[in-house]
Amino acid sequence: MSVGFLPERKRGLWAAAFQSKSFALGFAVTAIFILAALLSFVWTPYDATALSVAEKLKGPSTVHWFGTDHFGRDIFSMIMVGARTSIAVAFVAVGIGMAAGVPLGLWAAAKQGSLVDEVIMRANDLVFAFPALLIAILITAVFGPSAINAIIAIGIFNIPVFARLARGAALTLWTREYIFAARVAGKGALRISAEHILPNILNLLIVQGTIQFSLGILADAALSYVGLGAQPPTPSWGRMLSDAQTMISLAPHMALFPGAAIVLTVLGLNLMGDGLRDIFDPKLQRSRT
Amino acid sequence: MTLLQIDKLTLDILGLKILSDVRFEVDRGEVVGVIGESGSGKSMTALSIMQLLPHGTSVTGSIRLDGEELLTKTEKQMCSIRGADVGMVFQEPMTALNPVKTIGDQVAETVMVHRGANRAEALSIARDTLNRVGLPEERFPLSRYPHELSGGQRQRVVIAMAIALRPKLLIADEPTTALDVTTQAQILSLMKKLVDEDGMGLILITHDLAVVADIADRIVIMKSGEVVEAGPAVQIFRAMQHPYSKALMAATSHHPVRKAHRMAPDTVPVLEVKSVVREYALPRRSLFTRPGAFRAVNDVSFKIHKGENVGLVGESGCGKSTLTRAILALEATQGGEIRVGGEPVTTKAGASLAARRKMQVVFQDPYGSFNPRHKVRRLVTEPFHLMGRDAPAGSALDARIAEALENVGLSPRDADKYIHEFSGGQRQRVAIARALITHPSLIVLDEAVSALDVSIRAQILDLLADLSDRLDLSYLFISHDLSVVRAITDRVMVMKAGQIVETGETEAVFSNPQHEYTRQLLAATPDLEAALKRREIVTA
Repeated sequence: MSVGFLPERKRGLWAAAFQSKSFALGFAVTAIFILAALLSFVWTPYDATALSVAEKLKGPSTVHWFGTDHFGRDIFSMIMVGARTSIAVAFVAVGIGMAAGVPLGLWAAAKQGSLVDEVIMRANDLVFAFPALLIAILITAVFGPSAINAIIAIGIFNIPVFARLARGAALTLWTREYIFAARVAGKGALRISAEHILPNILNLLIVQGTIQFSLGILADAALSYVGLGAQPPTPSWGRMLSDAQTMISLAPHMALFPGAAIVLTVLGLNLMGDGLRDIFDPKLQRSRT
Repeated sequence: MTLLQIDKLTLDILGLKILSDVRFEVDRGEVVGVIGESGSGKSMTALSIMQLLPHGTSVTGSIRLDGEELLTKTEKQMCSIRGADVGMVFQEPMTALNPVKTIGDQVAETVMVHRGANRAEALSIARDTLNRVGLPEERFPLSRYPHELSGGQRQRVVIAMAIALRPKLLIADEPTTALDVTTQAQILSLMKKLVDEDGMGLILITHDLAVVADIADRIVIMKSGEVVEAGPAVQIFRAMQHPYSKALMAATSHHPVRKAHRMAPDTVPVLEVKSVVREYALPRRSLFTRPGAFRAVNDVSFKIHKGENVGLVGESGCGKSTLTRAILALEATQGGEIRVGGEPVTTKAGASLAARRKMQVVFQDPYGSFNPRHKVRRLVTEPFHLMGRDAPAGSALDARIAEALENVGLSPRDADKYIHEFSGGQRQRVAIARALITHPSLIVLDEAVSALDVSIRAQILDLLADLSDRLDLSYLFISHDLSVVRAITDRVMVMKAGQIVETGETEAVFSNPQHEYTRQLLAATPDLEAALKRREIVTA
């Protein structure tokens, strides 16, 4: 409430973003994992796939920071490479969801109440009606388990999320007077959607994207836990957890570190999403626009 | 002893001065009108009395209710005063009620909270109160929900909630601004009646001098957080001292100077509307019957000639906005024909670019009519989309932008600013510039000055009158405010329930209305001069 009385913010969005503590914290955590994933392309402490039976099931030490698994692979290196897989799967899946969902939602909003709107939204309901993981398992079972199929399966379930969000937000914008003014200027639905609607709902989409991204990482971990994600020998967080399961009393560190990696990335992304939502809050936005 | 005494009230929010040295009094059974434009601090004064201030405010001075200081009371003590000793009525009846609770429960709630009464007692008090505000039991049982009531009826429920415990003081913040004129007149006389019956004090906050002229005993005029003038109503209105009050008074009854209108006969009319019908489908009653239809616009015909300013007045729900959208080709019609400068608008494929090029529109809300992410340059040139390949580019475009901005009294340099850098009145100028840029012959003004403060409104009316004379523009001026329509139009049409019930020269219609409905509308419209005369006769 009192923020509305503050003098207008002259700083950019980034500066404003770091005013939010949850955004800053979430951004820092996420950045660590993204940097680790990028670094894994050029350097890891050990080869993540190199077996060394003599070194197996070692606890954390200065030699192996996070210890080794039952084949003697270095867990720190595996988490770095696993971050790469998880982030890639979740990122592309959210990309698919946005690229297909947002245009569909905008189209449905532009033709509100028409047959097009009905068909798009009921098709969305249909996809929503199935438990996402179940269908993901079905897809990977039919086409064989691989990282690509996991991406497609998770991506499909992101489509209705973005379609609904885009439609809902666009519908309220379509009743704004500047949209009427654009229609009086003879602009068509496609042009108005691209020029006026999309830029004004982008902030909502970014917030939702961050949250879907964290859900994507969870879904990828779940799929690879049941063996339907990236295939061995490519390390993935989910499979590291399932491998650890049988050794849990013998070597708890095998479950601890990949588990913590999943929790921290998801937490970081959610904090970032929350922070972004605070920043984009319409009440606060009024002081800026 | 006076009921409410505000003395040396000073308030700032995070170091920004909102009120300084505000002082006035309210007696029992007295109506005090607090008048000011947006930002004058009138609502903040009301919130200070209720101690409902936003975080980060610091208050000094004194507010005494019945001799008791309110500013030093704790939040808990204030809770027992709010609703019981001081009632409040807000502007927007649509959001002041909880949509999932019945009106009986909502009125009874106040009683139960403060009196500790049981539900049955509280409901019987609620029933009595609703009867008092003109919602009798036969038509408005306690089990009604807010959505089943009209705006005026909801405002009566809000008033009932405020007066259920017979408070000593009632604060009404713009209680009639969101209502139609006839409803406004009823609500005002209801509040006057309640004040007389209960002997409570009433603070009536408004931006409209004419609203308080009839019922206020005393007037307080505020500007930028200060009281500039205060005193008995008639006396103040008749002999204003402060330059700001005088300017406010002048702006309220402002008539822009217009050149005598010369009509060019026998040309193609700028706008021709022929027996237009617009229907909305009603929900299907059963699977086998055809859904019914609601006729929002019923067989409407009129013409607007070059350079002519035509007003369209009516209350909410009369179909004037629907008709506007049909003329602007934003919605399809179910019958009749609309032509703009001879070009048909009501074709299957929608209006041609040639037809659209001849008309433009200015909307009511200066804050909602621009995409906040674009610069003024891009905002005002949007209608050039209609010109297709013929749209100017390069230096020709810059010249057109400069011309449009200069026409509305802005500087060409403003083109590179964002819309949030402008005030409400300036935004409305930008909206007019956007409408002018394609050199249309018709501009539809949809409540274009209704959201503006009176002094800004006077300036925009001057601008519109000047543009019409200079550029030979025609206006279709849609408004619920009859005094504004009277100021700017040559001809006026009165619309009711989808039909035009009366049409004629503006002055003739206003001075000698023929239709019963027009007479009702005119009688309900607050008229400063007439109200003062009435009161002078009573006191004399």
